[in-house]
Amino acid sequence: MAAQQILEKYSGVVSTVQIGATAGEGGSRKSNILIGGQNTMPFLSAEGQIPHKPVVAFEIWDTPPLEWPKALLEAYGDVVGDTVAWAQKAAGDFKAESLCLRLQGAHPDFGDKDADSEVKLVSKLLESVDLPLIVLGSGDDAKDNQVLPAICEAAKGQRCLIGSAVSDNYKTLAAAVLADGHNIIAESPIDINIAKQLNILISDMGLPLERIVINPTIGALGYGLEYAYSIMERARLAALAGDKTMACPFICLVGHEAWRAKEAKASISEFPLWGEDVPRGVLWEVITATALLQAGGDLLVMRHPLAVEKIKKYIDNLTQK
Amino acid sequence: MALSGLDIYKLLPKTNCRKCGFATCLAFAMQIAKKSTTIDKCPFMSEESKSMLEASSQPPIKLITIGSQENKLEIGNETVLFRHEEKFHHPCGIGFILEDTLTQAQTKEQIEKIKSLNFERVGQHLDINLIALRHTGEKERFLKLVRTVLESTSFGLVLISSDPQTLKEALQASAGKNPLIYSANKDNLEAFSALAKEFGAALVAKAADLSELEALAKELSAKGVQQIILDTGAKSVQEKVWDLTQIRRQALKKSNRALGFPVLTIVDNPDPYAEAIEAATYISKYSGIVLIKGTESWEVLSLLTLRQNIYTDHQKPLKIDAKLYPVGAVSDKSPVLVTTNFSLTYYTVLGEVEASKVPAYIITIDTEGMSVLTAWAAEKLTPEKIASSMDKFGIKDAVSHKKLVIPGYIAVMSGELEDKTGWQIFVGPKEAAGIPSFLKKNSPS
Repeated sequence: MAAQQILEKYSGVVSTVQIGATAGEGGSRKSNILIGGQNTMPFLSAEGQIPHKPVVAFEIWDTPPLEWPKALLEAYGDVVGDTVAWAQKAAGDFKAESLCLRLQGAHPDFGDKDADSEVKLVSKLLESVDLPLIVLGSGDDAKDNQVLPAICEAAKGQRCLIGSAVSDNYKTLAAAVLADGHNIIAESPIDINIAKQLNILISDMGLPLERIVINPTIGALGYGLEYAYSIMERARLAALAGDKTMACPFICLVGHEAWRAKEAKASISEFPLWGEDVPRGVLWEVITATALLQAGGDLLVMRHPLAVEKIKKYIDNLTQK
Repeated sequence: MALSGLDIYKLLPKTNCRKCGFATCLAFAMQIAKKSTTIDKCPFMSEESKSMLEASSQPPIKLITIGSQENKLEIGNETVLFRHEEKFHHPCGIGFILEDTLTQAQTKEQIEKIKSLNFERVGQHLDINLIALRHTGEKERFLKLVRTVLESTSFGLVLISSDPQTLKEALQASAGKNPLIYSANKDNLEAFSALAKEFGAALVAKAADLSELEALAKELSAKGVQQIILDTGAKSVQEKVWDLTQIRRQALKKSNRALGFPVLTIVDNPDPYAEAIEAATYISKYSGIVLIKGTESWEVLSLLTLRQNIYTDHQKPLKIDAKLYPVGAVSDKSPVLVTTNFSLTYYTVLGEVEASKVPAYIITIDTEGMSVLTAWAAEKLTPEKIASSMDKFGIKDAVSHKKLVIPGYIAVMSGELEDKTGWQIFVGPKEAAGIPSFLKKNSPS
């Protein structure tokens, strides 16, 4: 007798988040991107709807990323010294669909740029490049509370994705995101309960769950990847079972984590048994991304252009109709 | 799937005869469900009920063994679809395909390369498991390849051929090595099942369609082949993910015996990145064996690392040795940081200390593999324990200062720790990501 296929029918749906607003929508982006909207586990389109493919955003910085490994710096060349040129190269040469600007230079230890100069930069970036924009703060709570609201205001109407709100510092950012029509990244430290609680706290402030993207905090391949992998699977299964407070898409900062791994950075002379260093680093980012896509990642922030190219091809292969 | 006590009760005579030693049939059924007694204690159970109960007590995905001795590969016996539900039990086998078109010199070179592909991470050895040999032309050439590989390695073998006679000779040559035969289909199943039985070898059943695969596996079982591995052949990665998911669901949710076997996938892609992506997908999504061609160290390192991650038992956290770890070119002025011996915690702290480029000592406390907050809450990370660990690991001989950096989450124990150790306590950041800026601000003058 023929095997009856086992199809899972879930009652829940992941919410659809729109990043970027076009001229008709009150912004100036050439197009917007949509993430989420699926009612099944990753890439099982035989049993459910997966209306939007996962998206890859290129990570760019407001300050030269001097500590990035050689493999990354060589891929971009001189443009890493000029954020706008860097963004244009990502958009032009590498056909980026979205950009993720990290305001590393605002951190008190890495330049301490003030809100005014970050606002100028973001405004110039929005004028020069018409891709949907993600903005990440410096990670210093006090400084981010000064800078990010100013960015929200300057980018009003552009429907950016801005982060990160964390459980002991979310109010300032959530209020600014709400006021200026953006989306928010809610970050939790590989902890499903905190992720849920933070989503509830933010939505209690009036920002709808449909404007929240969860950053579950990932580990790179070999550095805790499996924790994020399982947290994402658990959260997604809860969402599909009907828990609306978990039904937000995931953003994964793949490049940030993968390129901190020794296996991605070390030269071949340090570890001859590990093989050539540049492809090793690229593949470390690629495999980190591969696993997180299979765990439910919707928006991946990546660094190496070749890694992005390979992952975009993979996403296309996984989402053929 | 395991039957519940009530399911088992329905299969019993319901006479409460007490011959089994329990007061009622229901009590007996409950004990069977808990596996604390066995069905043979009931003398009146029908043959039909017995066979149903026996079937239900077998694992839903059969454990299959390939290879012998120290390189034996065991796969299958999986119990869940998602690793957080329990864990994935038997790490999938990873192997390389060599074709008989290689010259003798190329073969030897490839074998040497494959033998060099073993790594160590987080205190564990990462090794590849299999070499698959593909027969494409004349028999003698293939047999020569088999002999060369047998002479120079002890990896498990997969013998890929469509010719039963060639396979027979290859199986004779590899007697005692317990190779895997690839592959039976509906047209050759007579000859291939005979070979598998004669040599007691595991056999791959291959059909693109799941219903056909199920029928094929059933026929092979009926012919007495016990060790079966499934393959749905070359397809897109999207289709393979669906097949692998379906087969795992069939086995676990429906107790479909014919599909209750591990699955083998072959990746055939000349681009090493694309090959690695596909292999990584199948490692994550239920494959029991993944065969690739690329032997670049950087490719294999990332795949073996992924397998290690996916098959880590999250209920038993990976631990490292509790001791004093010097990071970088330490001196007697280097800062000293305390953390736990949970691998992830330690390696995260290590990564940040390395990134700071400030040479430092890390003392790991034996918290039985708990992270900082958990260990503190469970009283595995106490001032007493930190003080005694510092003595035990001889930190006083390593540095000339008396300054200790503790994780921000245990700031509350500063005073007590200062009393216990006589050291000055510095409260570090809560998250490891804050370590580089902390160390830069507080680096020794």
